[in-house]
Amino acid sequence: MEAASISTRRDDRPTFGRSSVARWPDKLLRWGLTALAAAILILIAFFFVRLYIESRPVFSKFGVFGFTFDNNWDVSRSIFGALPLLVGTLVTASVALIIGVPVAIAAALFVTELCPRKARGPLTIMVDLLAAVPSVVYGLWGVFVLIPKLKPAEQWVTDKLHFIPFIGGAAVAGPNYFIGGLILAIMIVPIVSAISREVMATVPADHKEAALALGATRWEMIRMAVLPYSRAGITGASMLGLGRAIGETIAVTLVVGNAPQIGKHLFDQGYTLAAVIANEFGEAANNPLHRAALIAAGLVLFVLTLVVNAAARYFVVRGTRGQRAAPGDAATAAAAAGVGG
Amino acid sequence: MTPQEAKEMTSEPPPTTGEQSEQTESTKQRRFGGDGRSTRRTPTEAGHRVTIDSLNAYYGDQHAVKELSINFEPNKVTALIGPSGCGKSTLVRCINRMHEEIPGARATGKVMVDDTDVYDERVDVVAVRRAIGMVFQKANPFPTMSIYDNVAAGLRLQGTKGARLKERVEQSLHGAGLWDEVKDRLARPGIGLSGGQQQRLCIARALAAEPDVILMDEPCSALDPIATLRIEELVEELKTRYTIVIVTHNMQQAARVADTTAFMLSGELVEHAPTEKMFTNPDDDRTEQYVTGKFG
Amino acid sequence: MSAVPLDSTFAPIGAGRRRKDKLMRGLLGLGTLVALVPLVLVLYYLLKKGLGAVSWHFLSTDPTGNFLGDPGGIKSAIFGTIEMVALASLISIPIGVGVALYLVEYGKKNKFASAVRYFVDVMTGVPSIVFGLFIYITLILSGNFGSFAGWKGSVALALLMLPIVTRSAEVVLLLVPDHLREAALALGAPRWRVVSRVVLPTALPGLVTGSLLAIARAAGETALLLFTAAIVNGTSLNLGQRMNSLPLQIFTDVGQAQDRLVARAWGAALTLVVLILLLTLIARFVSRRSRLT
Repeated sequence: MEAASISTRRDDRPTFGRSSVARWPDKLLRWGLTALAAAILILIAFFFVRLYIESRPVFSKFGVFGFTFDNNWDVSRSIFGALPLLVGTLVTASVALIIGVPVAIAAALFVTELCPRKARGPLTIMVDLLAAVPSVVYGLWGVFVLIPKLKPAEQWVTDKLHFIPFIGGAAVAGPNYFIGGLILAIMIVPIVSAISREVMATVPADHKEAALALGATRWEMIRMAVLPYSRAGITGASMLGLGRAIGETIAVTLVVGNAPQIGKHLFDQGYTLAAVIANEFGEAANNPLHRAALIAAGLVLFVLTLVVNAAARYFVVRGTRGQRAAPGDAATAAAAAGVGG
Repeated sequence: MTPQEAKEMTSEPPPTTGEQSEQTESTKQRRFGGDGRSTRRTPTEAGHRVTIDSLNAYYGDQHAVKELSINFEPNKVTALIGPSGCGKSTLVRCINRMHEEIPGARATGKVMVDDTDVYDERVDVVAVRRAIGMVFQKANPFPTMSIYDNVAAGLRLQGTKGARLKERVEQSLHGAGLWDEVKDRLARPGIGLSGGQQQRLCIARALAAEPDVILMDEPCSALDPIATLRIEELVEELKTRYTIVIVTHNMQQAARVADTTAFMLSGELVEHAPTEKMFTNPDDDRTEQYVTGKFG
Repeated sequence: MSAVPLDSTFAPIGAGRRRKDKLMRGLLGLGTLVALVPLVLVLYYLLKKGLGAVSWHFLSTDPTGNFLGDPGGIKSAIFGTIEMVALASLISIPIGVGVALYLVEYGKKNKFASAVRYFVDVMTGVPSIVFGLFIYITLILSGNFGSFAGWKGSVALALLMLPIVTRSAEVVLLLVPDHLREAALALGAPRWRVVSRVVLPTALPGLVTGSLLAIARAAGETALLLFTAAIVNGTSLNLGQRMNSLPLQIFTDVGQAQDRLVARAWGAALTLVVLILLLTLIARFVSRRSRLT
């Protein structure tokens, strides 16, 4: 290691000095890294601007509100109203949350509070492995396993519950909103579970002991000490799951039916913002307006996920009270939290 | 609070001597019946004694409490003193079976509260903990609950509701000497109080569940001298109605507050004697060295 | 053992409470099982339907593009994935670690660093298809850089990997104890040496873990390759041209009605999952050897 040169000469240099040459690498390091960091901010701004510019043709033809909220996505006549896509995105994401979040929280609670210590590691790994399966493989599995095998069950449900609007009464399409939501639920369980686990692990043992010492059963202790403390963090985790569900492309496009309509019921075909981009991209290559419409759909998707994720992070930070996670968990959570296609 | 006030707080008239034992039995029945709804303790009732017989406690392979036998007299305060790591906290946590909550920890032996062994297979550990109150070293009110809800927590577990709940909460806050300070802000969060107040809140929470025995694990170690004094006064008042075991590393506190004191060293009980004797003329040399400050 | 009389001090708590406790614990266990069932099912079907398709011929032949007859194998897809992900890693890992270094070494208190950290976090939430669109717009539509090409897919993948690498690297770098840095600085070492000789080596296993997980993510990406690298049948070592990849191959095959093509899709899916699992396992192994975690 270079030592600072201690000079006994007082004339031209300060006593503890390094030559300016020796200080160069430090300066380079600092400014280089700063520039890199700044580049990230510029990149994101650039994203936004470019997306907007390319989608302008369709906004000028239909207006921003017209594009976003008109219920008519008709490629052959070059009319682009994205409401069916928005509705489809929201319906599948809602189904994903309704099914996925309780399961994820149950798994997180079980692993942190209930299961024997030795089982904790393996169970955690297995739940996290759900995130290792790429979305195209989930799509493949969804098309050839889930859809055919669930169809009879779906038909049974819709027949038995025919009096409930939106769920009951009609013929079940093969690929449909429900299957789309179900696959999304499976995909968000690892993220919601991993973050909920982190949050639950920060509950101080103090509070849990206080509950137990008062004479609470295990479940009562969870209800009194763990869940209230983890509320904010779990909300954040769920919103991150929501963000993922909104942006998921490939698995959804394979199982939702890609029908540019607002499906009449849960088991009807539909479309989502992300799916339309993946699906129609090929044919849009030669049609500038169509292409602009798809890019505009991408812009709407971008804005939606930005908002949801910003809110999610606010809750997660509040929920973990700013405590840093263990690195293993964080790396997994970071990798799992990325949105896929 | 004077014993007179305490008497006035009870809703049942004290039983006459002749009916006492029957009344006590049925009182107990009602108190600890299936739904746990409780009645008032009567001041003339004999208190609850704790008898420990050959207790061994382990953390994995580490033998923390060794063949320990001791009696805690009813309605008296017993202090447990000893150097750090001697096992006094462990001993106390074995009484309400909190020790086994730590992974790898176990205990063998008998811990009798009145005529029941707490470690008996037929006994429900949750029922044990309900009947034995605990106050921890660091005040731990539930952060998401208000003052009222904190005190009510244990009662709600047992299904107490409505006016009866409100009554009990008020009584417990009186019993902990906290009522006047918080009566106007019961809905405020429990953690908004000062350290000493939070600890008294935890005491109120423990009292509300009407325990037989109260265990205190260094309750004043995180508090300033004034708050400490306040709590010591509280312990003096409480001992008329509860059997109290208090772990402390502060010998002056033991001297002020306890009727009898027990000295532990490396997991063993060295000596257990009336407090005055412990500090002026102990039998064992080791006790003498500890209380005069030669070690620990 | 003394008999416990009915009116003893510790009569059991209400049966209702006991039942509820058992019920809820059962439900939580059930929920965990439900979470794991899809994993088991996916792996089962992957093996059942994919194992039969995988063979040496399968792995070493290019897709023929024939609809009827022999569909060929997935050689170009494997090569393509490896090439594109390798290039993406070369881009994103140094940059990602660099940004993380900035945040940890220089950015603990200033607002600029907080903004960067916040936006990196935001980037992890951006759907990958949006990244793909962005690269398509800047690198293809603009006409300046030619048409679909492998390296463009790599750039898009790099954008995806960047926030993941940065976030996990930052966490690991923060774990390097300050006193190590201080000891080196006190001995007179300039900052850059402290970083290169002390901080980075200590954090290395953690950095490797984070990078491997990012690579595993990138290997499975489909959507963004749709409009950047497109799809082609022949194996190519030229990243300047269209390039095949495993996820895209699977995606196109799924859409076909032909049995053999579907079988190939399952085989390719099995191959891809095995690849990703290997990467994940290595990542965990490395992480366990780290001195920091």
